[in-house]
Amino acid sequence: MIRDITLGQYYHTESLLHALDPRVKLTGTLIYIISLFAADNVTAYLVAALFLTAMIVMSRVPLSFIVRGMKAVAVILCITVIFNLFLTPGIPAFTLWKLTVTWEGIRGASYMAVRLTFLILGSSLMTLTTTPNNLTDGMESLMKPLKAIRVPVHEIAMMMSIALRFIPILLEETDKIMKAQQARGADFETGGIIKRAKNMVPLLVPLFISAFRRANDLALAMEARCYRGGEGRTKMKPLVYHRRDVIAYLVLVLYLAVIILAGKLGPL
Amino acid sequence: MSIICDHVTYYYGKGTSDEVCALKDVSFQIKDGEYVGLIGHTGCGKSTLVQHLNGLLKASSGHIYYNGADIYDEDYRMKELRGRVGLVFQYPEHQLFEESVFKDVAFGPANLGLSKSEAELRSYEALKSVGLQDEYFYVSPFDLSGGQKRRVAIAGVLALKPEVLILDEPTAGLDPEGRDEILGLVKRLHQEGITIILVSHSMEDVADNAGRVIVMDKGEILMNGTPESVFTRIGDLEKIGLAAPGVTYIMHKLKERGIPVETGATTLDMAREEILRVFAG
Amino acid sequence: MAIVEAEKLAYEYIRRDDEGNVDGVVRALDGVDLKVERGQFIAVLGGNGSGKSTLAKHINAILYPAEGTVTVDGLDTSKEENIWEIRQKAGMVFQNPDNQIIGSVVEEDVGFGPENMGIPTKEIWERVDESLKILGMDEYRKHSPSRLSGGQKQRVAIAGVVAMHPSCIIMDEPTAMLDPSGRREVIRAARALNDVEKITVILITHYMEEVIHADRVFVMDHGRIAMSGTPREIFSRVEELKKLRLDVPQATMLSYELKAAGLPLPDGILSEEELVDKLCQLYVTM
Repeated sequence: MIRDITLGQYYHTESLLHALDPRVKLTGTLIYIISLFAADNVTAYLVAALFLTAMIVMSRVPLSFIVRGMKAVAVILCITVIFNLFLTPGIPAFTLWKLTVTWEGIRGASYMAVRLTFLILGSSLMTLTTTPNNLTDGMESLMKPLKAIRVPVHEIAMMMSIALRFIPILLEETDKIMKAQQARGADFETGGIIKRAKNMVPLLVPLFISAFRRANDLALAMEARCYRGGEGRTKMKPLVYHRRDVIAYLVLVLYLAVIILAGKLGPL
Repeated sequence: MSIICDHVTYYYGKGTSDEVCALKDVSFQIKDGEYVGLIGHTGCGKSTLVQHLNGLLKASSGHIYYNGADIYDEDYRMKELRGRVGLVFQYPEHQLFEESVFKDVAFGPANLGLSKSEAELRSYEALKSVGLQDEYFYVSPFDLSGGQKRRVAIAGVLALKPEVLILDEPTAGLDPEGRDEILGLVKRLHQEGITIILVSHSMEDVADNAGRVIVMDKGEILMNGTPESVFTRIGDLEKIGLAAPGVTYIMHKLKERGIPVETGATTLDMAREEILRVFAG
Repeated sequence: MAIVEAEKLAYEYIRRDDEGNVDGVVRALDGVDLKVERGQFIAVLGGNGSGKSTLAKHINAILYPAEGTVTVDGLDTSKEENIWEIRQKAGMVFQNPDNQIIGSVVEEDVGFGPENMGIPTKEIWERVDESLKILGMDEYRKHSPSRLSGGQKQRVAIAGVVAMHPSCIIMDEPTAMLDPSGRREVIRAARALNDVEKITVILITHYMEEVIHADRVFVMDHGRIAMSGTPREIFSRVEELKKLRLDVPQATMLSYELKAAGLPLPDGILSEEELVDKLCQLYVTM
């Protein structure tokens, strides 16, 4: 199941979306999310769907790969939809057992489902087309103004990129320790919540110890390679805007305008 | 009494786009009391194979029989199998978690459903068996040296009282002294009647210890026989990124240069005797 | 001038019990004298706990001497202001390949050191290209390190150090976690760096067969230098090596035993080929 999480994964291929500056993609994702929550009629959602489809096609990431990431969050999606469906007051549509479903509920639930699906697809598309390092570079650059209020921007970005680098290693390690304890008769699958939580100790203790050992090793290796924070550091891949990035920004502005217009005009 | 693998095939990520065939139609038998060396290049499927033998991984197709019973039968008690076929993973010290050495080793027997006193007794016996001194029984396992930690981790599996012990590269990362300790321990366990399967990268260690060698490559079994018969096929071994023990090379080279030695030697003692025999006239 | 020089180097650390009380002092290094000339290939042999890794960490100014001095290219490692220059001059490769690769892409990891040194972007790229080529990892430059084999990961780690243009590279058991083919790969790379690029290499290991090409071998035991000399001198002293629990290679061991059994073979056989040659010569004269 762990392998199903595509959120935060990078899919290597060559496309226009992959080539864009991470700052454009980050801003774009932010604008897209805002547009999803600002939109409240079918036309606006159609525009948003069209935009997303275009992006997916341009990214050259196989659809099956993107959709696989949805599996992991399907539960959250279902819960949200159910809450919206049953707990929205309004004109009753029909009654299921003791719960009344309202027209407003159906409307709200379907909007929420669409919003969340688009949101997840949109943000996975960003991480799928941006290498983790590129992503953190983009964040570091966008957050630079925060340096003025003493936010350790470089350190945060470095921490994130290291965390991303170690996720696959730690996942593999989890799998290995789990098997090693199973070989000693450990049981991770049966029992109530409390018993299960207790059964996790033989997994979590070695995992934490390993994570700390790795962190210690890595810190040593970084210091040995002259790492001393962001001060005086140069970049191998500095972020530079190209013509395509400027065009992408224009497209984003255009998209935002269309969405606002669609909202103003109301349903067709 | 034996382990039989009958046409076992295994796919990682079955049904996904990155499906990998890790085991291809693997069949072999291991008899009671054998000492088998399992060798192959990294990624050849040997770790995957040993995880099948105690039921941690389930074959995509094929059968595994332990003492005549099919371990994939619905009413087969998998937990019991884990107790009978002990598996020591690579770097087993990474699985230690309890506050004392003694408690950590008792974890396995406690999982088998034994009473506390029985589990403690087994813990004691296992620690004695790996040669850890009493003074270390109640210290934290994390305060031990690398070689000691490894022995404690092996004791954690021995406390299950397995009939078969599989060790996946038990000497990786140890210095020669630590390595000799572990190999000596495994040899003694074998003499006490435990069936041993040793996964190793060291041809010398396998040649010195195993009575039979199984060679794997790309998920298949390529050779299966005595160390002498396997290691004499130097060319085939090199083709798959393996080698023969150093002394076997020496014997082959001597023969090529016209010295009438038998090339079958796989251990230092055999090579010495053979060379002395020829040079004595 | 020597590139690395240790004089009467001693290092101790305090062992504490569970309550944090001082339990005793462990003298990890005890009067070590070491001199490495520019361009040499030096090997340091020893078992676990012999102090060889502690020695390595002194050369990179990760640890400071309790007594005595260590100098790298004339710079005293105990002086704070020298640290960064020393770390650039004496690069370090560690044991665990996974725990020393920082970048998510091979080329970005190789660029990490030069970035830290404040090298201009254009030059970083030149250095990365050059070091990836030297280590033969050019075709993997866009790969994720987690998909590489152990030997390849270590070569990436070495490339990361080479890109910092060090005058000396210390490899702290770089092969301990690798399989035999990975070990060969790393040793070959280390030798090429020394032969072709003329970089001083200090290889720390417990595998004796890895040191046969070294200019000089130091054997450590209990924080002291127990033996030193050319590989042949060291390999001639089989009894002592066995006492130090080192793993004498099969060819050396076999020739030692054959000699003990009466065959007139020379001491210090380094390789299988050499033993075969000597035995053939002997056979002809018989």
